[in-house]
Amino acid sequence: MSTTETRRVTTAGRGGTRRPPHRSAARTRTIRETLAGYTFLLPWMIGFLGLTMGPMLYSLYLSFTSYNLFSPPKWVGFDNYIRLFTDDPVFIQSAQITLFYVLVGTPIKLAAALAIAMLLNFRDRGAGFFRSAFYAPSLIGASVSVAIVWRAMFNTDGPVDRGLQIFGINLGGWIGNVSLVVPMMILLAVWQFGATMVIFLAGLKQVPKELYEAAEVDGAGAFRRFRAVTMPMLSPVVFFNLLLELVGAFQVFASAYIISNGTGGPAGMTNFITLYLYKRGFTDTQMGYASAIGWIVMIVVAVIAVILFRTQKSWVHYSGDDR
Amino acid sequence: MTATQIVTTGHRAPRKKMTRKKWQTVIWFVALLAITAIVIYPLLWLFASTFKPNSEFGQNQGLIPLNPTFENYGTIVEGIGGVPMWRFFANSTILAVSAVIGTLFSSSLAAYAFARIKFKGLGIFFASMIGTLLLPVHVVIIPQYIWFNKLGLIDTFVPLILPKFLATEAFFVFLMVQFIRNLPKDMDEAARIDGAGHGRIFWYITLPLIKPSLITGAIFAFIWTWNDFLAPLLYLNSPENYPLPIALRLYNDQTSTSDYGATVTASFVALIPILLFFIVFQRFLVNGVATQGLKG
Repeated sequence: MSTTETRRVTTAGRGGTRRPPHRSAARTRTIRETLAGYTFLLPWMIGFLGLTMGPMLYSLYLSFTSYNLFSPPKWVGFDNYIRLFTDDPVFIQSAQITLFYVLVGTPIKLAAALAIAMLLNFRDRGAGFFRSAFYAPSLIGASVSVAIVWRAMFNTDGPVDRGLQIFGINLGGWIGNVSLVVPMMILLAVWQFGATMVIFLAGLKQVPKELYEAAEVDGAGAFRRFRAVTMPMLSPVVFFNLLLELVGAFQVFASAYIISNGTGGPAGMTNFITLYLYKRGFTDTQMGYASAIGWIVMIVVAVIAVILFRTQKSWVHYSGDDR
Repeated sequence: MTATQIVTTGHRAPRKKMTRKKWQTVIWFVALLAITAIVIYPLLWLFASTFKPNSEFGQNQGLIPLNPTFENYGTIVEGIGGVPMWRFFANSTILAVSAVIGTLFSSSLAAYAFARIKFKGLGIFFASMIGTLLLPVHVVIIPQYIWFNKLGLIDTFVPLILPKFLATEAFFVFLMVQFIRNLPKDMDEAARIDGAGHGRIFWYITLPLIKPSLITGAIFAFIWTWNDFLAPLLYLNSPENYPLPIALRLYNDQTSTSDYGATVTASFVALIPILLFFIVFQRFLVNGVATQGLKG
């Protein structure tokens, strides 16, 4: 009797005292986790708010103003945007060559990366050496040094011109040629195919050999095997890299600046959008106008991303364990 | 007769296949060598041209200098605009090393929070971080400049270094998040049972385990900062603060006709640290890129 009573007391005591501490322990743990989370995230969060989100919102505001750094921003409504599209042929040209560079150059670059990755995947001997050699330009391609080399290589009577003359092709210098300078910039981008190629090559190595064997047994030729096996298996990687490369291509700056000596010439053909924004914002200190250019780029990039994500279903194939 | 025929054909068929395969390999190898030649040629040309005297640039566009000389190297040591070359090198090094430290510090902290801590707001922050991966610089550089200008930080290294300590480059955070997520969790849990908090788990368990991604991140942070042109062009005015890319612009502007040799040589010298990095770490870089599935 007394034992049951004590037992009952103890169980009651246990239940009574234990449950609340348990719950509050869980709560203090969540609080502690949240606190730890925000502590670890603090540097990133300051950067995100102060150097990304804040500037984004501020430049959105500035894009509706006229601001020259010295007198306070003056609200002008949609003036900057209207002026850009109706009264600024330099902007229209800049937008056109940038879109051409991005939308033509990037697919060529990715196609080159894929083709050479498949070529490399064909045999193993020496593939490591080639992989490294092809990768090198990706590391230095955006540098000023390479832009200077490019300028020298494609100049009148430069190595490229002389080389083509051997085959009876007389193009002259590409730098000063209005119709050749954008293709030359695309060549510079394609030259940096290596990093993407390395990623594609890693993807190709993960395609199960059985799939190719099965396709071959079914009588699929090389092209059919590429379309039915390689492309679907590789499509998530292609999608992701296409997205990143497109965004990256919009930011081309150093090479355009160096090749044209900061002018964007000849005849505005290297006046890519980043260079134009730089000139408007930092040479002419038209901060409001330049902000409007920035937001147009932002919107175009967002539209391209949305289109890509929308069409993803029809060509990107996720096989579950791919990601 | 029939027997020999059978034997010969039976013997021939595999040999034919063998030679065909061998031929394919040879063609493959030659094709790749040709691509290598095209890809590497600009760099070889740059290197060779550093030994050409100025007078040779108009005529000799080939790889071999006719009158090899070291005079270009002598010229560039003196620098440009009254600033010696070593100063540009030192500035570039300060910027790149600070970027490495800042990037590793801030990105690994953020990556740990994203990958290992469950807290309110995690989802939104993570989505925002991924979003900045696709954010064009155009939309942030103007306000950043205005604010740094208001703070009186133009012509200092602060606007170039501070962002690195605040993990603004999502690439690195993402790289490390992916790496941490692939680590087994049992060591973390064992440490937690022993009473370790996130600080100690991060420092003693996670950091040592993510060393490969730290090295990859360090190399990329170094190279990208070393090559960066836009940010130093915006923020630095006085030549003694210039890193190499901006100094190269001076060569490019001033000497488009007169001192070609110096321009080319300075360009090559500016690439040397990166090429060395590449030669030493190439396997690491290439494998890092391959496994992370991200661009380099």
